[in-house]
Amino acid sequence: MTSATKAKFKSLDAYKNAQGSFRFLPFKFIKLDNERYILTNIAGEFIVLDKFDFNKIRDRSLEMDSDLYHKLKSKHFIYDDSSTVAIDLLALKYRTKQSFLDGFTGLHMFVVTLRCDHSCPYCQVSRQNEDTEKFDMSEEDALKALLFTFKSPSPLIKIEFQGGESLLNFKLIQFIVLKAKEMNQSIGKQIQFVIATNLSPVNDEILDFCDEHEILISTSLDGPEFLHNKNRPKAGNDSYQRAIAGINFVKSKLGPDKVSALMTTSLESLKYPREIIDEYISQGFNAIFLRSLSPYGFAIKTKSFDMYNTDAWLDFYKTSLAYIIEINKNGYFFVEQYTALILQKMLTPFATGFVDLQSPSGIGISAIVFNYDGDVYASDESRMLAEMEDKSFRLGNLKENSYQEIITADILVDALQNTILEGVPMCSDCAFLPYCGSDPIYHAATQGDMIGHKAKSGFCKKNMGVFKHIIKLLEDDLEAREVMMRWIRV
Amino acid sequence: MLKLYSKQIKTLTANSISEPLVVRLSSNHLLPIGLRRNDFFLITQSNIDKVPSGFKGYFIPEDLSLTLGEEFLADNVFTIPNDQEYLGDGDVIWFDPNSLNSRTIYRKNSKHNSLLVTERCNNYCLMCSQPPREINDSYIVEHILQAIPLMSHETNELGITGGEPTLLGEDLIKIIKASKIYLPETSLHMLSNGRNFADLEFAKKVASVAHPDFMIGIPLYSDINSIHDYVVQANGAFDETIRGILNLKSLNQLVELRVVIHKQTYARLPQLAEFITRNLLFIDHVALMGLEMTGFTRTNLDDLWIDPIEYQKELTEAVKIFARFKMNTLFIITNCV
Repeated sequence: MTSATKAKFKSLDAYKNAQGSFRFLPFKFIKLDNERYILTNIAGEFIVLDKFDFNKIRDRSLEMDSDLYHKLKSKHFIYDDSSTVAIDLLALKYRTKQSFLDGFTGLHMFVVTLRCDHSCPYCQVSRQNEDTEKFDMSEEDALKALLFTFKSPSPLIKIEFQGGESLLNFKLIQFIVLKAKEMNQSIGKQIQFVIATNLSPVNDEILDFCDEHEILISTSLDGPEFLHNKNRPKAGNDSYQRAIAGINFVKSKLGPDKVSALMTTSLESLKYPREIIDEYISQGFNAIFLRSLSPYGFAIKTKSFDMYNTDAWLDFYKTSLAYIIEINKNGYFFVEQYTALILQKMLTPFATGFVDLQSPSGIGISAIVFNYDGDVYASDESRMLAEMEDKSFRLGNLKENSYQEIITADILVDALQNTILEGVPMCSDCAFLPYCGSDPIYHAATQGDMIGHKAKSGFCKKNMGVFKHIIKLLEDDLEAREVMMRWIRV
Repeated sequence: MLKLYSKQIKTLTANSISEPLVVRLSSNHLLPIGLRRNDFFLITQSNIDKVPSGFKGYFIPEDLSLTLGEEFLADNVFTIPNDQEYLGDGDVIWFDPNSLNSRTIYRKNSKHNSLLVTERCNNYCLMCSQPPREINDSYIVEHILQAIPLMSHETNELGITGGEPTLLGEDLIKIIKASKIYLPETSLHMLSNGRNFADLEFAKKVASVAHPDFMIGIPLYSDINSIHDYVVQANGAFDETIRGILNLKSLNQLVELRVVIHKQTYARLPQLAEFITRNLLFIDHVALMGLEMTGFTRTNLDDLWIDPIEYQKELTEAVKIFARFKMNTLFIITNCV
């Protein structure tokens, strides 16, 4: 080829932005520490910049086509006249992130009984004497609840059996599962069943039924024996033994992937991060969900939610996470699920189906609760509050109200309006908005209104702390970053 | 390299074919008589003693024709030069008995049949392996539409390439439709820069053919528009390509992204991988490719050449990102760099 051919090609400079100016796309920022800022765009992509670079943006003294310029452009924080497709892509990503709203209510919780064989001081639902059948859900209400469930436009329906101890009313569980399947024959939704249980009443008959109908088991495991039994007092003081025996029983009959465990964090738990994680690993689990204690039910009555502050929980979280990351580095795959959910929000284009961190809140529109007496609540937390005589989040009753009346109840619409973070004071300016949510029931319970003053909110403090910690790990600890990247589900 | 055209064909006996034609070759002397009148018979060493009658025409290698006796009296016998002896049973060619030129369109025994549907292009890539020509080559479409019904049903994959195939507009849709109708078992793969799919109506027309197995391979060279535009030497190409991809995927059309790695693209490979996994995760396949030492690459070698060993770090990082997001990724490098 000749130099004449060569001359037909133009240089890179000929394709750069001729105008020499750029415009901002919507983004927010917050200090990460004294030296650095976190910037997030509306689709949740983030960049950490030192003060020096950040000031260049603030002063609009960015150099065109510098590395920083390209970084901001590639991640859709700025755009210029040479390309406008950033807006199309950002719109698409934003739509994807909000796609949890498409399906409407997926999770339907059936409180089949309030009876329980345990008497846990932090119990989030007031338990009743074990043989008082007036705290059982009736077949009539269960049928009405199913009709309600199938009115949801969601193609994926999850039915979760709750208590009390749900298995104390196993007959009703059987009734609901069989009825749901029968009704679904002409509807054709995808249905998944989960039984939340402490596993102490579990037996062959129950597990055979679970096997036949592909029902998953969700149980409680608070940590090693001394801690679990302290958290979960029961006649005979054998809660741990029964839970472990139950877990192994389920694994052997249904398979290890059919049982998961949830922990409740008590004041006592905070002292034993490593022991709790070791216990989960020795029971063969590959994941733990580090939960904080929520201020409902007996937890509020006994003021036990007041007994440790958010800082103490954050310390517990950070210590636990460091230990878990270490375990992963040493070759054992083990996920901290709260962190994994947040990583999914930060590092992937996907929406998460996590009710607690959504804007608007997932109450009613992602999850809904049918109480044993036919009352319908917007969330598990609302019915816990109701058991303490605060029925303000009761949406109606299956016997008295239609689907339309319940789903458009003033209290639900109000609560949803008050949890659209984009319009909530302090949240609307917060860089963590794309990752966060709002819990109207928590704020109503602790501050007397559904929005709450975020500076005084434990919910805000906790999540801010978690977000910052995760971003610091991603930025500063390459090995931790590698481990955490493996937790993302794609 | 096979020579896919010839100007060295000669007439051996009287020629009664007046028009150029797209024709299938057969070396099967037992071919049912009903099929013979449209095909050319390919005379080889092994069938020379049983050359059947009734074919539209006959090809015989030049060397072999010397052994032919006087008694072979069929019309329309042509000799083909040595470099065309690769032609085999089931191949489809275009042949002009007047100018005695031929072009091979399809080879039955090849796993890589690509139809070059136009030499025109709206990009002018620094490393183009098939430098575009601004010529009127609309006749090619007619040849291809005639050739497709003659191709074997057992063809695994058929490629469409250019130039830029979408410049054919409606004619491209005819080609895709013909493939679907005549070669329902054959995967179709088209190389396009994707820019014309920014026109949603055109994208819809292509997608509505509903070919059961049709992938469009589209190049994306950078997450930064000015770099991509520079590589393809066209202002605004990045935006059009991205919008084209979005349109195609909104219509559930299979799309493969193709990245050629060279001096202008290697440095931001990890950022491109991040960009793709965040913005275009719904893409069906990613192909990362080394330079091919043909076409414009030689012209622009100073601006393009980097030894693959020097971009290992960026390549590894990019592949890790794609793997993390479970994207199907392939790295292709030719042996002869």
